[in-house]
This record gives sequence, C-alpha cells and structure tokens, in this order.
Amino acid sequence: MAKKLRTRGHKVVLNRSRGGDAGITVFLVIMGVFMFLPMLYVLLQSVKPLDELWMYPPRFYVINPTLSNFSDLFSLMSDSWVPFSRYIFNTVFISVAGTFGNLVFASLAAYALAKLHFPGRDFMFNIVVRSLMFTSTVTSVCVFIIMSWLGWIDTYLAVIVPSFGYTLGLYLMKQFMETNVADEILESARLDGASELYAFWAIAMPMVKPAWLTLIIYCFQGLWNSGSSIYIYSEQLKSLNYAISQITAGGIARAGASAAATVIMMAVPILVFVVSQSNIIETMGSSGMKD
Amino acid sequence: MSNSTESAAVEAPAKKPVSRKDMTRLQWTLKEMKTNKVGYFMVAPFMIVFLAFTVVPVVLSIVLSFTDFNMLQFPNFVFLDNYIRLFLDDDLFITAITNTLIFAVITGPTSYFLSLFIAWFINELSPKIRALVTLVFYAPSIGGNVYLVWGTLFSSDSYGWVNGWLLNWGLIDEPILWFYDADYAMPLCIVVALWTSLGTAFLSFIAGLQGISKSYYEAAAVDGIRNRWQELWYVTLPVMKPQLMFGAVLAITGSFGFGGIVTALCGFPSVDYCCWTIVHHLEDYGGQRWEVGYSSTIAVLLFAMEIGANMLVQKLLSKVGQ
Repeated sequence: MAKKLRTRGHKVVLNRSRGGDAGITVFLVIMGVFMFLPMLYVLLQSVKPLDELWMYPPRFYVINPTLSNFSDLFSLMSDSWVPFSRYIFNTVFISVAGTFGNLVFASLAAYALAKLHFPGRDFMFNIVVRSLMFTSTVTSVCVFIIMSWLGWIDTYLAVIVPSFGYTLGLYLMKQFMETNVADEILESARLDGASELYAFWAIAMPMVKPAWLTLIIYCFQGLWNSGSSIYIYSEQLKSLNYAISQITAGGIARAGASAAATVIMMAVPILVFVVSQSNIIETMGSSGMKD
Repeated sequence: MSNSTESAAVEAPAKKPVSRKDMTRLQWTLKEMKTNKVGYFMVAPFMIVFLAFTVVPVVLSIVLSFTDFNMLQFPNFVFLDNYIRLFLDDDLFITAITNTLIFAVITGPTSYFLSLFIAWFINELSPKIRALVTLVFYAPSIGGNVYLVWGTLFSSDSYGWVNGWLLNWGLIDEPILWFYDADYAMPLCIVVALWTSLGTAFLSFIAGLQGISKSYYEAAAVDGIRNRWQELWYVTLPVMKPQLMFGAVLAITGSFGFGGIVTALCGFPSVDYCCWTIVHHLEDYGGQRWEVGYSSTIAVLLFAMEIGANMLVQKLLSKVGQ
C-alpha cells in the first residue's frame, strides 16, 4: 500500500496509468484532426480566389484570402427566379412557427406525462419512446396521403404542423422535468389553490429553462436545415437550404460560391451551439432511458 | 388496539365514499380519468399531431402493405403478394437490404462506441478545453450539409484534393472516380456517415459521465479496482446505463435510416446500385412510382428491422456491468 499516488497538477488521480493517458491523447488528436480537417477545408475553400481553387496540384491552405466568393454568392442569389428574400422568409417563418408550436405542445404534454397521474399515461409515453426507434422515412409515403386528404399539400402547414409533434423535444423535456421539478413544490402550490395550468406555467416552466433551450435549438436546427420537401412544389414556398443547393449545383464554376454557402449555412447552428452548450449538456444529463 | 384500526377503516370510506376495492377495474379507471381530466387536456394537442403524423401513418402502412393501392384506384386486398414479390421477385430489394445491413452493422456500433469512448476520454479534461473539444467533434453532425465537402475532397477529377495529390506523387495514372466507383463508394460513404455521427448520443454520454459522483470512483479504488478499464466496466457504465440505452436508440435509428448522404454524394441511383439502401428503394417506389401498397411493404420491413434491432440491443445493454 506504500505505492505513491499519481497526481495531475495538484489533484490526485486514481487508476490512471501514464501509458494510458498517452495512448488516449494520441487517439484523441488523430480523431480530432479527422473531424476538424474537412471543416477547415470548407472554410479555406470559401476564401480562396479562383486561381487558387483551380490549382494543380491542389493546395490545402490559402495564400491570398478573398471574400469574393461570398459576394459572388449574393450576386447569384439576386439572379434567382423568385426573389431571394422570399426563400429567407420561408425558412425563417417555418422555423419560428414550427419551433414555437413544438415548444408549447411538447412542454404541456411533457408536464402532464411527468407530473400528473392518469390512466394511459405510461402507455402514451411508451409509444413516444417507440417513435424514436425508427426513421421518419418509414412514414413518409403515408404522411403524404394524409396531407393530401387534409388538403395541405403545397402549403406551409404541411411543414409546420408535423413539427409540433416532434418527439425528441417532448422526450428530453419530460425526462428533465421528472428529475428537476420537485413534486413537493407542485403539491404545495395545488394546496394553495393553484390550477394545474398555473403550476405548469408559473412553477414548472421557469425551473426547466435548459430544456426549453435544448428543445428550441433541436427543433429550429431541424427546420432550418430542411431542404426540399416532398409536400411542397411551388417555388415561392421553398426553403433557403433548397435555394442554396440549387445555386451551388452549378458544378465546377461555382465551387467557391458553393463553399461560401456551406459556410453560411453551417455557421448558424454551430454558433447557436457554442452559446448554448452548457444548457444542452445540462438537459442531456437527464436524457437517459430507464427500463 | 384492534378497535382503533377498525374505526380508521370505517372512517376512511366516509371521507372517500368509494375505495378502489369497491369498484370494477373499468369503473375505477373511468373515475381516475374524470378526476385527472386536466392531464388529458394537456397532452391532447401534442398527441393529436403525433397520432396524425406518426402513429396513423405507421398503422396505415401496415394495412396498405397488404393491398395494391396506387393513389388512383380503390385498393384491392392482395394478401401477402407484396411480401412475396419483395423477397422472391425483386433482386434490387435484396441488394438494398444487404447494403442497409452492412451500413447498419458497421456504422451503428462504430459510431456508438466512438461517441462513448471519446466522451469518456475527454471527461477528465478541464471544463474549457472539454467544451472546445466537444465542439470540434460535434460540429460535423449539426453543420447542415457540410458533409458535401467530402465530395470536393474526393472529387472524381484531378482537381479533387485526394486525386490531385495521388497523381502528383505518381501513385495513380488517372483520377479515381471515388464516389462514382462501385469499389470505393460504399467505404467512403461509411467514413462520411461516421464523420457526421457524433451527435445527440455523444452529448448525452458527456452529460452522463459528468453526472457520476467522484465518490463512486474513490470507493471503487478502495474496493480493489486497479485500472481505468475495470473502473469503466464496473462503475461508469452501470451508472450511466440509462444514457447508454438512449444513445443506442439514436445510433440504431441513424444507421438504418442511412440514405441521404449517399444520394447527395453518389447520386440517385448510385453507380451499379452499389450503395442502394432500403431508404432509396422506399423513395423510388413511394415517391417516384407511387406504388403505395408495395412501398408500404418496404416501409413495414424497415420499421420491423429497426424495432427488432432496438429490442436486441436493449437486451444486450441490460447485461452491462454484470
């Protein structure tokens, strides 16, 4: 037992060999390079002038960075058939409306599933969990049939309304409420005569802000990144992502503008994640599935 | 003594006129439903949307898979014809199911263990560095269609970065077609899929590891845990089992639903159908030919495979730490 304890800085570490630490560091560096280099490559491509984009042999880094690809992208945008602002409006409108609806619907349901007792509650939640287990492609054809029955084909509704029932948001919110909202607080509010809706809105919701944020970010990201939808064929209703993919589909001649478009589209979700990382991780703390 | 319990038993029904035992199960359920009706009002908006766009489509697919519905004529019941055609008369479906299984068996477990081990390895870094490393690993999965950069890196002409260098070093004489070459397309798509796969499950693992109290590890060291691997198996994994379950669900869904990346990088269809998956088969029959009955059969099989894989994996995970 006289073995000397290993320390890192001033902290004692148990059960960590130096060899293991070194091996793990090497693995992480290799994986990190594999993950990061393609991202860096897009960034560099987006600021390369034309002659550097078509250089042989190709060069990874850039010598004369320029923003001309971005201005090219905007001039390509102004040439589009439908005014470009329309695509931007569509994506923003769909993302905001869909996310707002999902937040309201999913939080209400999450509160009831986490904190109220009523017959059928566990059954409902089980079905929701099952729905996380298969891809949405499975239902795409039948959803199309239902949309056409409802007469929603080629309207905003076809994209917005289904996102209200987005289950990952409900799942994370319900799990988070279960661990972070104490039953005693709700019980005492009820004794004071608070209605269930008041308890939900004034007591539970302020306690689960990280989960709100996570739900908003997940739903928004999904809608923001959605490209061409099979439910929408009018050009005026199509999304920004679709428009950009059309612009950049021009092949070789538009490689620079295409990289610029990719950078813009990826910057939004990544920046949002940077600001909200700690909240998302906090929400994920209760994301586990109990048997 | 016995008197007081008796009086309590008599008094209790006076406060609550009927106890559960006096009613049939149905009566009790109805009463519970009435007293808690606010719960139903609160779940109703979500559940109606969820029913209409998830549950009903699944049920409808199962029903339609036994018919020859084509959106135009009234469907006829054809019994198992669609299923028989799928397995005996549709060679492309056999290709699709094989490719889907190859993709799923490789990318599912690999992405799962990559997420788990990377989350575990970075767990001991200082919070600021950990946040940065998390961003580097997580970014590809949220960056929209940033995976298209692989198409530029492995572009089929000599301006593609990989081809350019291979030519320059004299390793090849003419550009390799990469995503348009049946030999390379599948492995490359698997690499790209793995590149984008450190997503929600990864974050869930990071959070799960953060939530484990240090005292567990100290107690384990006293109890004779001798290295980090024993610690992982006997302490860490059992404690974060709920996260492991959640991560597995997401990994399975992601790996079976694989198809979008292939379409974007290899075209639709891919060369010689080398990367044709069930998702593509479904899009082809459902979205392009409108053979709804037949495509529902494909959807039902994909659904069954995903649910089956989930049940199997949940069973395996219940053995963790034993």
